[in-house]
Amino acid sequence: MNTQIIFILLSLMAIGSAVMMLASKNPVKSILWLIVVFFAISGHYILLNAQFLAVVNIIVYAGAIMVLFLFVVMLMNLNAETEPVKNYRLQFIGVISGGSLLLILLTFLMRTPVAQPVQMKVGESGLIGKLGMTLFQNYVLPFEISSVLFLSAMVGAVIIGKRN
Amino acid sequence: MDIKAYIALSLTLFTTGIIGVLVRRNAIIVFMCVELMLNAVNLLLVAFSKMHAVSPAAKASLTYASDAQIFVFFIMIVAAAEVSVGLAIIVMMYRNTHSIDVNFLNRLKN
Repeated sequence: MNTQIIFILLSLMAIGSAVMMLASKNPVKSILWLIVVFFAISGHYILLNAQFLAVVNIIVYAGAIMVLFLFVVMLMNLNAETEPVKNYRLQFIGVISGGSLLLILLTFLMRTPVAQPVQMKVGESGLIGKLGMTLFQNYVLPFEISSVLFLSAMVGAVIIGKRN
Repeated sequence: MDIKAYIALSLTLFTTGIIGVLVRRNAIIVFMCVELMLNAVNLLLVAFSKMHAVSPAAKASLTYASDAQIFVFFIMIVAAAEVSVGLAIIVMMYRNTHSIDVNFLNRLKN
């Protein structure tokens, strides 16, 4: 019962902050709302006992990626006045098409007879020991390739950002 | 909790991201909506991994339920690399056009 209340609270927090992110005109406020969404998702991970992913989500997303976004927005000096606005009809069409997609997907979800419980608050599969064993036994090659990916991303960012 | 609750939550977050991409014109906000969609998928992967953690196959194998969480880890890696290059492109575009409106980018030349 307690788990359900926490689940509903975290879900409302995530969805509400995501909507606020879209609704706010100021880009800095949008970024701060997105950080709230990431914290709510981290709360979900903790509820599922995926502790490693919860910590990594906060460190990587809220700590690194969103700070990068904040730096870029503040360097460009963007605020609510410089914000480009789509005309009303296009916004309306976008919301209607997205909403109908959500409606169709949720309808099909409700009609599926499958109902399986999710293991909450217990379980070893999200702990760092087991994840480390999996990563370095079965996924060593992708792990090494991802370091090459990071190197190429770094070189690419420097080359793109450099003045000619 | 039932797996359907998690699927519904992920669908809602994903659709919010789609609406954001359709509605907003600021390139940075569009980029953030893509991040939101990636996070919805991550949450769904973790929920499915915890759904399979109670199955008998998970008891037999040591690494059965952890695979999906490793996938989430790799998705985060790719997202970080993507953000660094994408923001560099947005900064470059701002430097050339003094605007981050995506409607200015409808032509690749000039």
